[in-house]
Amino acid sequence: MTPEEETEYRRRQKSRNWVIAGALLFFVVLFYAITIARIGGAS
Amino acid sequence: MTIASPQTRQPDSAAPAAMLPTEWRDFFTLTKPRVMTLVIFTAICGVLAAPGHIHPVLGFTAILAISMGAGGSAALNHWWEADLDAGMKRTMNRPLPGGRMRREDARDFGIFLAAVSVGLMGLAIGWLAAGLLLGAIIYYAVIYTMWLKPRTPQNIVIGGGAGAFPPLIGWVAVTGDITAMPLLLFAIIFFWTPPHFWALALFVQSDYAKVGIPMLPVVAGEKVTRHQIMIYTLLLAPIAIAPWVIGGTGWIYGSVAVVLSALFVLLALPVGARMKADGDKMLPEKRLFKYSIVYLFVLFAALVADRVAAYQGWLA
Repeated sequence: MTPEEETEYRRRQKSRNWVIAGALLFFVVLFYAITIARIGGAS
Repeated sequence: MTIASPQTRQPDSAAPAAMLPTEWRDFFTLTKPRVMTLVIFTAICGVLAAPGHIHPVLGFTAILAISMGAGGSAALNHWWEADLDAGMKRTMNRPLPGGRMRREDARDFGIFLAAVSVGLMGLAIGWLAAGLLLGAIIYYAVIYTMWLKPRTPQNIVIGGGAGAFPPLIGWVAVTGDITAMPLLLFAIIFFWTPPHFWALALFVQSDYAKVGIPMLPVVAGEKVTRHQIMIYTLLLAPIAIAPWVIGGTGWIYGSVAVVLSALFVLLALPVGARMKADGDKMLPEKRLFKYSIVYLFVLFAALVADRVAAYQGWLA
């Protein structure tokens, strides 16, 4: 792998990691909100 | 003429091995974001028009699950049709034929999205809506994409069924049961799809014939396609008005549906009656195609306006 390819490899890996982290965070918040909504609806 | 059957398709391992990790944008492309706008819009309309109350967070979750299910189906469609896409100008730069992604990654991404969408719908909303979502995914990815699309010129009619699920699922997410109204919303999109797509197919040259997909204008000819446009438009009009006739909506939706459907028939008549001439600019077909898009959006917007007005007591 050339240095340019290595740089591109790291860039793509990093951007994917950020997207996955964002998606995970989003689902953590969403499941918390769903739980609150369902508990509220049940009471 | 060859079609993508399991016997002729390249095995997954034969896909070009991407040396670099796939860009996240290419995964996003697999979900067909442009098609998703119609899915999201009709799902929102289904949720808003349904009688009863749903917590905004749960309503959002239902729409998200429907969108993820549609995205997963689309990714599976990309995976299965990669060979066909490589042979068509419109699709040859998609992530798989473009060599930017391994084939099995698209398959796994599709299965993952589909599974998460059904699980999310089941846990947050209910298992009837989740079952319908699973049915919609199987209908599009397996029955339509893998089985019937390469085998019948009525593939557009069958594909329309997949696009018709979102308002039905959205409605069921709120009410928890299937009644005549959500089934009518399903039927409206089902019967709207053929005239919408075939009007486009009459004036846009596609490469489908080259890759062996039996599209109606190619297999049965222009005349039959025009007749089919007329038939489905004439079936669509009473179905679009039916929610008002059965008392499921009020006068707002009823009057909009009557006017819009009458105009749809008026625009479809010249398309059904004429034939293409030399140097034809295909203006009636282009007009019908553009109008069909406006028709669906305004009809569903009118449904939501009608129902919201009724639930708020503004029509009393």
